[in-house]
Amino acid sequence: MSDVIETDVVIIGAGPVGLFAVFELGLLDVKCHLIDILDRAGGQCAELYPEKPIYDIPGFPMVTGQGLVDNLMQQIAPFGPQFHFSRIVNTLEKQADGRFKLTTDVDETFYCKAVVIAAGGGSFQPKRPPVEGIEAYEGKSVFYAVRKMEDFRDQDVVIVGGGDSALDWTLSLEPIARSLTLVHRRPEFKAAPASVNKMQELVAAGRINFLTGQVARLEGEDGQLSVVHLSMASGEATVHATRMLPFFGLTMKLGPVADWGLELNDNLITVDTEKFESSVPGIFAIGDINHYPGKLKLILSGFHEAALMAQAAKAIVSPGERVVFQYTTSSTKLQKKLGVA
Amino acid sequence: MKIIVTDQDGVVHELEGLDGWRAMEVIRDWGLNIKAECGGACSCATCHVWVDEGWYGKLQPASDDEEDLIYSTLDQKPNSRLSCQILLSEELDGLRLTLTPSASQEPVDA
Repeated sequence: MSDVIETDVVIIGAGPVGLFAVFELGLLDVKCHLIDILDRAGGQCAELYPEKPIYDIPGFPMVTGQGLVDNLMQQIAPFGPQFHFSRIVNTLEKQADGRFKLTTDVDETFYCKAVVIAAGGGSFQPKRPPVEGIEAYEGKSVFYAVRKMEDFRDQDVVIVGGGDSALDWTLSLEPIARSLTLVHRRPEFKAAPASVNKMQELVAAGRINFLTGQVARLEGEDGQLSVVHLSMASGEATVHATRMLPFFGLTMKLGPVADWGLELNDNLITVDTEKFESSVPGIFAIGDINHYPGKLKLILSGFHEAALMAQAAKAIVSPGERVVFQYTTSSTKLQKKLGVA
Repeated sequence: MKIIVTDQDGVVHELEGLDGWRAMEVIRDWGLNIKAECGGACSCATCHVWVDEGWYGKLQPASDDEEDLIYSTLDQKPNSRLSCQILLSEELDGLRLTLTPSASQEPVDA
């Protein structure tokens, strides 16, 4: 399947700054598609600190990471942004006709008039757990995500971790796995209490095992896992396993952005402070991923950058059109776009 | 107050610290090689340090969340801590830390 999508602007990264860019572009009638490697909006706010308080968002004495994302989603809803989650942009090229062509790892092609890179610290990648020789099993019997549940049917599955991913997949795979063992280094979990309760019910009913311990080493052949060795307070233990799913959180890597021919400064995209445009006209960079003299990596700086970028991107999307500067407090036109007038 | 930080290349830096700052913030402020990608939210483990013997026991004990994150690093040791969770005070004047490979801005895949 090869999907082709045409739009005004593609925003790479659906963190707070990418989301607010939808708002600023939307006020200027510019339509956006957003692409993110995570399976939901919010970027670092949603992945790294959803429940942590933020105190320096103007107008919010305190808002949590997830709270900010929820508010932004509500704020941009009138503009109907199209989200494409769980994929990474591999290539970005300027075409002879002046448009940009982007391709993703799920075989999609986007054509657009301007590109906004709001990719923060880069793309989130799963962390490899501290187990020697695990690389040999990756992609064969050790996986960092579940792409197809069928791959786990009638398998002896070991899930490692104590967060929501570990708990959610324990509950989802239990009905189809031949056996399922959850391993975490301590008996307390950092997951939704309802999931923890359900997991404990399954343990009590003898349908899954829960072991407190750490993965010490793996045993198998040609990438096919057969035994997981655990170190536990009571000594060593072994679990027969044909699949392992370690959930040790995510870390950020710059990724393919480095290959797009943009001028970089220490892995950050160099931009000007009038348009926040990169060294390639039509490609903008806003938020934590850009660099300019005096740059501060604050969400509020990213919001400002989005507003100025939008003016410049509008000129590319609708060349020759006069842009009238308006306020949302007084402009009926803007209020109509927001669905409030 | 000062903290003494050995970087990943073995170079020793004497850094002026401030009461009430986190060790991570001081290390970042002086431009040493520390990623600290979550910005101090105890959510990522990319400010992981080894604390010198003698100092480790003087720190506030690590929370369970911090312990979980330390366990997720490839280069953990019994004296591992996340430097964003070390709150500096006059009692910690002279604290000695070593930056780990997993705190590097471009972490090595060990």
